[in-house]
Amino acid sequence: MKRPLLEVKNLKLHYPIDKGFLEKEQNYVKAIDGVNFSLYENETFGLVGESGCGKSTTGKAIMKLIEPTDGEVIFQDRDISKFSRSEMRSVYKNIQLIFQDPFASLNPRKAVGKIIEEPLIVNSNLDSKARQERVNELLETVGLHAYHASRYPHEFSGGQRQRIGIARALALNPKIIIADEAVSALDVSIQSQVLNLLRKLQRELGLTYLFISHDLSVVKHISDKIGVMYLGKIIEQGTKDGVYTKPLHPYTKALLSASPAIKSENRKERIVLKGDMPSPMNPPTGCAFHPRCFAAKPECNKILPELRDVGDGHFVACHLYNE
Amino acid sequence: MESTSEVIKPVEIKAAKKPLWLEGWKRIKRQRSAMFGLSIVLFFILIGILAPVLTSYPYDGFYPDRTLIPPGEEHWFGTDDQGRDIFSRIVFGARISLWIGFFSVIGSIIVGCLLGLIAGFYGKWADSIISRFFDIMLAFPSILLAIAIVAILGPSLFNALIAIAIINIPTYGRLIRSRVLSVKEEEYIMSARSIGMSDIRILFQHILPNSITPIIVQGTLGIATAILEAAALGFLGLGAQPGEPEWGKMLADSRQFLTVAPWTLLFPGFAIMLTVVGFNMFGDGLRDALDPKMK
Amino acid sequence: MKSYIARRLLQLIPVLLGMSIVVFAIIHAIPGDPATVILGDQATPETVADLKAEMGLDQPITTQYASYVKDIVTGDLGTSLKTKKPIKEEIIPYLMATVELMIISMVIAIIIGVNAGILAAWRRASWFDYSAMLIALIGVSIPVFWLGLMEQWIFAEKFGWLPSTGRMNAREPIEAITGLLLLDTTIQGNWTGFVDAFKHLILPGIALGTIPMAIIARITRSSMLEVLNADYVRTARAKGLSELKILYKHSLKNAFAPVLTIIGMLVGLLLGGAVLTETIFGWPGIGRYIYDAIGSRDYPVIQSGILLVSTIFVFVNLFVDLLYARLDPRIKYR
Repeated sequence: MKRPLLEVKNLKLHYPIDKGFLEKEQNYVKAIDGVNFSLYENETFGLVGESGCGKSTTGKAIMKLIEPTDGEVIFQDRDISKFSRSEMRSVYKNIQLIFQDPFASLNPRKAVGKIIEEPLIVNSNLDSKARQERVNELLETVGLHAYHASRYPHEFSGGQRQRIGIARALALNPKIIIADEAVSALDVSIQSQVLNLLRKLQRELGLTYLFISHDLSVVKHISDKIGVMYLGKIIEQGTKDGVYTKPLHPYTKALLSASPAIKSENRKERIVLKGDMPSPMNPPTGCAFHPRCFAAKPECNKILPELRDVGDGHFVACHLYNE
Repeated sequence: MESTSEVIKPVEIKAAKKPLWLEGWKRIKRQRSAMFGLSIVLFFILIGILAPVLTSYPYDGFYPDRTLIPPGEEHWFGTDDQGRDIFSRIVFGARISLWIGFFSVIGSIIVGCLLGLIAGFYGKWADSIISRFFDIMLAFPSILLAIAIVAILGPSLFNALIAIAIINIPTYGRLIRSRVLSVKEEEYIMSARSIGMSDIRILFQHILPNSITPIIVQGTLGIATAILEAAALGFLGLGAQPGEPEWGKMLADSRQFLTVAPWTLLFPGFAIMLTVVGFNMFGDGLRDALDPKMK
Repeated sequence: MKSYIARRLLQLIPVLLGMSIVVFAIIHAIPGDPATVILGDQATPETVADLKAEMGLDQPITTQYASYVKDIVTGDLGTSLKTKKPIKEEIIPYLMATVELMIISMVIAIIIGVNAGILAAWRRASWFDYSAMLIALIGVSIPVFWLGLMEQWIFAEKFGWLPSTGRMNAREPIEAITGLLLLDTTIQGNWTGFVDAFKHLILPGIALGTIPMAIIARITRSSMLEVLNADYVRTARAKGLSELKILYKHSLKNAFAPVLTIIGMLVGLLLGGAVLTETIFGWPGIGRYIYDAIGSRDYPVIQSGILLVSTIFVFVNLFVDLLYARLDPRIKYR
């Protein structure tokens, strides 16, 4: 078996909740609560889940943009989760992030060329001329033109801005790109353009993606492996085919049945989930999904199911598959 | 979507290239009151620059043969008890007021921005200390604080400028701090961190440029306040010294001639008011044009 | 609410402590020293040193600060070097004179400012609106001391309608009880005294009240404009309520909230403006008292005066915040 390029081990991020004046006990929001997965070279790992499940936080915690509380992130045999800000600089040459909102993630006061050049200024030895050439090259790579460099973000459409974000992420020639809801803010027609660009780049540059999205159909198109997150935990994980054709966890089944663009083989009728995702401030006991689960058993609200191997690289955390 | 063929088309750009400040200027130009305020300000700046050309009498000295002459053809604004031409003194006084207003605000902005940036960006104890410091400064009525500072430094125009700069630091500090707190949450700041940018660089490359508009607006209004404060200190004898044609000081010197020679008081006060009106109108207009949320 | 008040009071402690440090630092930074002021220029270095030792001025700075804080906490504001009287007693009449002036200014500012703001918003873009806002612009731009001088020139010197300086007619002095002369004369039933005191208040009151008036007018106008577009005002109109009733009953309450939030700031402006106004109008108030003390290097008076004024200011701000929290149910006591 290949060695993973990046390994996330038992990653946790617990925010302390503001204590009241007289409350003694410190409570935590468990935004990420023990997440494990691996990225393999030139593959795409899709991380899906409803908003608020912790998937975006996971992406940012890997890059230490938000400080993780516990766990390891192994990259090139080293645990980067313990790195200092200055040590992280070399990591940022290899791991880059594409942000969700192409309107908010580009500084409105900087010209596009400057935005793309910035990583090169702070994190490379290129001189000004070489940087300009690189910026032009990057603009062409993502389907824009060199003359766009002098324009400002507000002069571009959402899809174009996301291309700028991609160019910026590519600037340092990273190995891994974390795409955090990279196409969610775009129209469907633009989504497919950007997705195709990402696939093309992966082919040509040998990139590895962590693709984070709430949209199962988008994830399906680009991913090799899938992890489904619920309330800070991965509850099902497997190959794309495994998860999409043979979903095991009731939550995954419900998600797939609710996604109109996906023809699941065992899709009989739409499963409607009751209620909303519970607050991570006050998670349910046992399996966090049990209050909304259509197949809940008596033990579900008592015992927390572990993520277990069910064969073919497929993992699920559910008491239904205990046998 | 399944096809892997190239679907990326060159995309058309809607707007033509325009620097950001030009768009701001276009919006300001539409504000009639702002332009009116700006013309008053420019008028006084021009007067200050051209002062030696505009005046035919020296602004200082003692001329016993022409004291307290009412306004007329020879002396447009009359003369004071020393026989000095009031028009000359007001024209030269424009230099002093604009100079104090402008540079004291620059001083307040530099120090205030530095403290506000640190407080907003680093938070925690740095924020607590700096914010408490601002609270304490603001707890004193500002003119009283200015008087006390001048009492320490000794009365002079320059020390009045320093005092005015100091008392206005919290205004800009708080403004920048709140600005930093909101800009800090913007995604492009996290995006800057994700490429390994240092805090200092983020502060000066991203946060400060995005906070500059409210500072310009507040600074313009601040010049108005500073001119008033300088005149007040001059009036109390704590700013300009005898001989210097500072408008506030002129009022103090001529107070006793209120009944016999009201023109000695009318024109300097009017000059202060008009300058301040100009900066206030321009500042209000700037705010409406550039930063409608602020108020 | 109670715990909110407690918390706010607790937060005041570092601010008050910081203020005492600043004032202490100012006093020590002002050139010269009390011993020299008391003994005058002719004193020999030896006698100055002796007096310094006696006053504790040769102690380390921290010791001096500690004893200063102890004095304040026990209510000892020190003794004036000039009059040799305890400041605690001396300062009260000055303080009351300023308080009376400030109250009158505030009343003038609120009555005229709020009404002008309402009417300007009601008749938006009319000649009244434009002239009211022009006057407000001039109001925030006019130097207080010049306005005072012009008032004296026109109303006192030219027409002789109103007295230009002082608090009362020197030939018919008013006996002070509270120090607020309008109140005192009312208590005494001294009608001529009341009119006299009132006349003396008008010019300085207007001079001091102009800036707050202009600010209040602007804020009332802009918040009224918002309120007048609100649904409940439209409903009131649809119900056929008279315009004036809508203006003053339905809208005013909501429009007044923003005014309330800045009253604290306005009090600060008034305290600062008081120094200038009192100088112009010979008003025996606290601003003038402190200013004179700085001139004559009366250190204990400067120290206690500034601290007292600032403490009052801080507590006024606290009071306004609490009042606001009480009136606006949207504010959480956290």
